[in-house]
Amino acid sequence: MERIPILRMGEFLLVTIQVDMQDQLALKLQDDLSNTILKRTTRGVLIDISALEMVDSFIGRMVSDISGIAKILGAETVLVGMQPAVAITLVELGLSLPGVATALDMERGMALLRRMIDGALEAHDTVVG
Amino acid sequence: MAHVFMSNVLKKNTNELQSAWAKELATAMPTGKGRISAREVEQQTTEFLNLLSAAIGHARNGDISGTEFKPIREFLEGLSRSRVQQGFTSDETATFIFSVKKPLFQAIRVEAGKNADVLADEIWLVTQLLDSLGLHTIKTYQKAREEIINRQQREMLELSTPVVKLWDGILALPMIGTLDSARTQVVMESLLQRVVETGSQIVILDITGVPTVDTLVAQHLLKTVTALRLMGADCIISGVRPQIAQTIVHLGVDLQGVTTKANLADALKLALKRTGSTLQA
Repeated sequence: MERIPILRMGEFLLVTIQVDMQDQLALKLQDDLSNTILKRTTRGVLIDISALEMVDSFIGRMVSDISGIAKILGAETVLVGMQPAVAITLVELGLSLPGVATALDMERGMALLRRMIDGALEAHDTVVG
Repeated sequence: MAHVFMSNVLKKNTNELQSAWAKELATAMPTGKGRISAREVEQQTTEFLNLLSAAIGHARNGDISGTEFKPIREFLEGLSRSRVQQGFTSDETATFIFSVKKPLFQAIRVEAGKNADVLADEIWLVTQLLDSLGLHTIKTYQKAREEIINRQQREMLELSTPVVKLWDGILALPMIGTLDSARTQVVMESLLQRVVETGSQIVILDITGVPTVDTLVAQHLLKTVTALRLMGADCIISGVRPQIAQTIVHLGVDLQGVTTKANLADALKLALKRTGSTLQA
């Protein structure tokens, strides 16, 4: 079965979604990610969705769920590279993903993640990189 | 053989028809003076009569969709378009065709003599034909106008949504005019696209040019802000006039989590501070 790779870089996890998300895949990612966070000390998760061109309400909720789960497990999450069409769709669906930090690209996302972890910023719904 | 009759009438009386028609046109369309020269009218009437006499042999029940009528249709389409551009009204344009009836009927009467059957048949044929041609002209006239309106609408939409780069990483969008759903959609799309292209992290939405803010407009603004946030860009709304600030509060619109500033200068200052740049006076 298809699986979305989760890459570890020290205390950070990188998740790059490069295929169209199906519900099963999304649930599996959620499962894998929570297990991986617990395996070793993880303080930040970076999810890159720059290749994602289609979303529905389920995927939107899943992203917000992942962020919540990671937070409970002690890791901050930053969502990077959302495409304009995806952003518009989510807004039209009424999913504003409160509490999920976002950034334009990988680089800014990583910088934001470090700042969040250093405690310079509290994660709230206006945090952007 | 009825059609041969009409062809003959047209061919025999071309000159008389044309001068009578020109007189009709002059009385029916006195406003046409100045916008279109007498020579132009003469050219157009001559061409129309020539095309008509070429096509009339194939007339069946006023049906002008056949290939024989293609030249005359195209001529009328061109004429309509130029009439639209010269600022003629639709009835003035239609009068061009309909005013040929009187001289034409006169010519038919002379040619038919005492033969009432021929006279009635021919007049019916010509009436049907000219009506169809007149309707076709009006149709084209309207279409040409609609094209102009559509083009202008598109141009206005593009004109009203310029995305300006103020600084490295700072975009500004001066919004002008009332925001409706269609416009917000265009604004949002072009703005988000520019954010991706330029990698800007702060966007200033300037609403100085927005005359009124009601709940719908506020909702559109919030949608834009949310979409920007989802993409990872920060948004500052500037140019909030006192009147608008009062309306927003009275309406109970929740702008929490959105940074607002009174003017663009303040917004730019804040944006520069956030990107880590400083301005020195």
